[in-house]
Amino acid sequence: MKRIYLDYAATTPIHSEVVKAMLPYFTEAFGNPSSIHSYGQEAKGSIEEARVKVADLIGARSEELVFTSGGTEADNFAIKGIAFANESKGNHIITSSVEHHAVIETCQFLERRGFRVTYLPVDEYGLVDLDDVKKAITDKTTLISVMHASNEMGTIEPIAEIGRIAKEAEIYFHTDAVQTVGHIPVDVNKLGVDLLSMSAHKLYGPKGVGALYIRKGTKLTPFIHGGEQERRRRASTENVPGIVGFGKAAELAQHEMGEEVKRLTYLRDQLIKGLLERIDHTRLNGHPLKRLPNNINISADFVEGESMLLNLDLEGICASTGSACSSSSLEASHVLLALGLSHEQAHGSLRFSLGKWTTEEEIERVLDVLPRVVAKLRAMSPLLKSHR
Amino acid sequence: MRDVWSLYSDKVMEHFKNPRNVGEIENPDGIGHVGNPVCGDIMELYIKVNNNTIVDARFKTFGCGAAIATSSMVTEMVKGKSIEEALEISNRAVAEALDGLPPIKMHCSVLAEEALKSAIEDYCAKSKRRNNECK
Ligand code: FES
Repeated sequence: MKRIYLDYAATTPIHSEVVKAMLPYFTEAFGNPSSIHSYGQEAKGSIEEARVKVADLIGARSEELVFTSGGTEADNFAIKGIAFANESKGNHIITSSVEHHAVIETCQFLERRGFRVTYLPVDEYGLVDLDDVKKAITDKTTLISVMHASNEMGTIEPIAEIGRIAKEAEIYFHTDAVQTVGHIPVDVNKLGVDLLSMSAHKLYGPKGVGALYIRKGTKLTPFIHGGEQERRRRASTENVPGIVGFGKAAELAQHEMGEEVKRLTYLRDQLIKGLLERIDHTRLNGHPLKRLPNNINISADFVEGESMLLNLDLEGICASTGSACSSSSLEASHVLLALGLSHEQAHGSLRFSLGKWTTEEEIERVLDVLPRVVAKLRAMSPLLKSHR
Repeated sequence: MRDVWSLYSDKVMEHFKNPRNVGEIENPDGIGHVGNPVCGDIMELYIKVNNNTIVDARFKTFGCGAAIATSSMVTEMVKGKSIEEALEISNRAVAEALDGLPPIKMHCSVLAEEALKSAIEDYCAKSKRRNNECK
């Protein structure tokens, strides 16, 4: 059976040109960038080239970029780095209630160490309210961190507007842009961010590499102590093949983004429209328009997400869910609950995320299979009759 | 959003794909209705009893793959059993009959055991009202 991968928000396959660019750095160009000899300098040069390419993708200067082991590390680095370096100024952080675990858990860690954190609520579409941001600011606030777009429900937050508020209040502003960089235009100056997290494996690059953009002049504590790599901000011998791959992926994304946004938005809307038409008692989660071009998140009433996923998987379709049953903590997605969904609605949520190799036929197949899966599960659902 | 079903046994998958005894029984002798406090799922179990023997069992379940498979299995296991025998069926026995469950999914089999007990309790309460004995 031909499998259909619709979980690109979880991870993407590596582009063949990216693999090709990486390969020499595993073997002949294996040098340590810190070495003075030609092997070292060759590796060093390749890292700096990659840095320029990634910086170009987000309108930054290359010296403002620190490579990390991924998006999670970039989030940890930004939040702890600002919190610790600016402790003398204050101990208050503002974030949202729909952030990725990498941000939420980091904030909770800081709370246990005496910091204060405000988790901004969101409206039914997942949007943060600008007035709430303004009201949350105190003279002790040192950081605002709001994600650019949600990995789960796809809503794109008003980052540029929050950026203006942060700037006026002279508070550092971080955004987790793991889902947007390489997918929609991202410009650190237009967004007005001081820190921005990204990850290579969400844009057809390798796993294990990401980056944190740090605006020049930003005061933050180094993340890993040791050698002099990354201008002493993050010690550790660089992941040279990974960084080269990230650079290549960024370059490709920049070329292809315009067309991809149009193509994916069309497919996304086909799938949303089709599912809402063909399955009754279904709702779209997240904002209908301010939304990632590749994200579809729906809730079907009376059915549970894991059993839907399992049935889809049996038909070769790979998606994901925010159901409590499929999480290792057995808790429903905090993002869906923040939208005001009931536990049962969060239970019945499904996320499809599209990508470079998604075709119209694949969308058609989902539209054919999912209504049957939902009907099968509804026939055995004890919740249904009370709604008849 | 972690996948857990890669750990499901073939038997679990078989019962998940083709669940036995789905649905309700008209005029059942006992109905069990239980909710899972861990993840919030719901199971309903219907039994038909004749001469102290469970002659039919059906279920409706809102829950994960393991919840559906254990519902299906428990209805299979109780058929033909006496009330006393049925009361001895533990969640472990249901899980074992399915060649095991991932540890994180054991609570789903508890739901099956409780639904069965609750259906039998309902049956006993009804029989007592009719002044019949329920052992
Ligand atoms: S029923 Fe929720 S985890 Fe099994």
